Amino acid sequence: MAFDQFTGTDTYIASDELRHSVNVAVALGRPLLVRGEPGTGKTLLAENLARALDLPLLRWHVKSTTKAKDGLYVYDTVARLHDSRFGDGDVKDVSRYIKLGPLGEALAADSRRVLLIDEIDKADLEFPNDLLLELDAMRFRIDETGREVVARERPIVIITSNNEKELPDAFLRRCVFHYIEFPNRELMARIVRVHHPDLTDKVLDQCLEVFFGLRATPKLRKRPTTSELIDWICALQKAGVDLGRIGGGIPFLGTLLKTEQDVELLGKRAKA
Amino acid sequence: MLVDFLFELRKEGLKVASHEWLALAEAMELGLHDSSLDGFYRLARTVCVKDVADYDAFDRAFARYFQGVTEAALALTKDLEAWLADPGALRELTDEQIATLRRLGLEELRALYEQRLREQKERHDGGNRWIGTGGTSPFGNHGKNPTGLRVGPGGARSAMAVAGERRFAAYRRDVVLDVRQIDVALRGLRRLGREGAEDELDLDDTVAATCANAGDLELVWRPPRRNRVKVILLMDVGGSMDPHAELASRLFTAASRAGRFAKFRSYYFHNCVYEHVYEDAHFTKRVAVADLITHSDKDEKLVLLGDALMHPAELLDPGGSYSYALGSRTPGVEWLRRLANHFRRTAWLNPEPDRYWAGSTIEVIAALFPMWQLTLDGLAGAVRYLTRGGPRPTVPNPTAWAKAAGG
Repeated sequence: MAFDQFTGTDTYIASDELRHSVNVAVALGRPLLVRGEPGTGKTLLAENLARALDLPLLRWHVKSTTKAKDGLYVYDTVARLHDSRFGDGDVKDVSRYIKLGPLGEALAADSRRVLLIDEIDKADLEFPNDLLLELDAMRFRIDETGREVVARERPIVIITSNNEKELPDAFLRRCVFHYIEFPNRELMARIVRVHHPDLTDKVLDQCLEVFFGLRATPKLRKRPTTSELIDWICALQKAGVDLGRIGGGIPFLGTLLKTEQDVELLGKRAKA
Repeated sequence: MLVDFLFELRKEGLKVASHEWLALAEAMELGLHDSSLDGFYRLARTVCVKDVADYDAFDRAFARYFQGVTEAALALTKDLEAWLADPGALRELTDEQIATLRRLGLEELRALYEQRLREQKERHDGGNRWIGTGGTSPFGNHGKNPTGLRVGPGGARSAMAVAGERRFAAYRRDVVLDVRQIDVALRGLRRLGREGAEDELDLDDTVAATCANAGDLELVWRPPRRNRVKVILLMDVGGSMDPHAELASRLFTAASRAGRFAKFRSYYFHNCVYEHVYEDAHFTKRVAVADLITHSDKDEKLVLLGDALMHPAELLDPGGSYSYALGSRTPGVEWLRRLANHFRRTAWLNPEPDRYWAGSTIEVIAALFPMWQLTLDGLAGAVRYLTRGGPRPTVPNPTAWAKAAGG
């Protein structure tokens, strides 16, 4: 298998370093843990990786109540109880009530899958530890039926984290890590181009000027990121604001700044 | 040679172990390092570093370690070229030489050799700043690309240049923080317990009770889990704390967030705690420290935020208060001692860098309260101590003066 499998897609521009990390993870068969500021395209990475490699994508969006076992399988006891009471189907066959979760599906599939475990830090502290064995050996056992599921081909696992919690060392040890740096101006221009191909160079330049100027403002509580820039340009275009002449106040500031303190702060600075 | 590199990483405090070593070896066997130092830099960082806070440590270890190796590789390359020029001599290679050859491979040697050549050129015209000392840009003065030398296809930067530049220094753990980071750090400060009204369905017990009840539904309720930690925050405001006001407000914002602690109270003081602390930063609503002590459980966590920096007399002399009108008879240090003695766990967060602590009033106060510098690491340490206890931090380079003054 060639090493340089992933080179980005027509709608997703990946930096050299990100591409390299993805390819290392794929080659080593280890999960890739992606971190970075919100809005730098962590989740989109998995979608576009699946698209680039032409593999089906399974998503597992982790919430604060998610348990590790949910990702493998769920034993639907309520359905079984319902069937036993109202006589629908074969209640003796437990496997009918086993529903595979995203991780379980990825391991049970007969061809390679891309699995996205989104925002793993949202769940309980012990959550990553409960996945160690499954991610390492890529196999698990369904206790209720005694079935052993072993992955035929190791799925490509992309895990994103927003740094809400420290992840356990034992878990980190099994991952390959990449931090998505905030794109520099050059890369940002390419990214915006992909989403707004009809933007002229001059307008793009002005937008980036405003955007990076805003990001450089000291003491901002939440600095605008890539996704906000793209939304902003979209809003500008939809509203028909003359992009060639964005001077003075910034239109649609609400798409870029998300806290009232930041808007206030910017207002004060503009006056001064 | 890789093992040494991993030990170099460990010296920088990175938690790399055999697991990473094996992964790295496997990756190199697959050729993922591209047979170049640049490729190796990216590969090793991807495999060995698991947190952006450690990128900077990795950069430093890499720069230090491979500075030497490039030189060693040059010597090796010369040997190799001599052998190549005279193939007959190859038969007489020692076991050691064969092992070296196997380990490195010609391509990699070439890559290292080229790397070394580039380095030589720059040394001649650019002065001796290949690896950043004191944060200076390595290639600042030879008039090429100001952000660094570009080599190889696709504009990839040389690993040594990236490592030397230390772009990730800003993500280090020992730097000051924003609200979000404080928020995350404070999450550790919790002791969960079930208290209050029973309004949460206990599923496991419900199942058990229903089974025991021969299948008729029996619901079991329980109180939800809540954080039981109570926190008192005492903040120094004004004067020498002005430069740190922004940082203090961030800590306050994060700590006072609703629902974080079972009980959260905050008070202000100026310079040092005397008879009174204040409910507001304008010092209008007084609260006697004696009352504060009587009305606080000793299991509440007392957190003080201040630079602890003042004239020794303000801390140690009776009537040393900044305001004579208060007519203080008890020295500040005594009030601090009473606070420190009342609470089981206290922590003092100090925005001053700890290298300046020794030999000032900070040292005296640090003897009373376990003190941490207000950085991500410091805050995490304080939270750990407040919840779990453990050893108190020590002041770097302590002086005899403080001991005499505080004792």
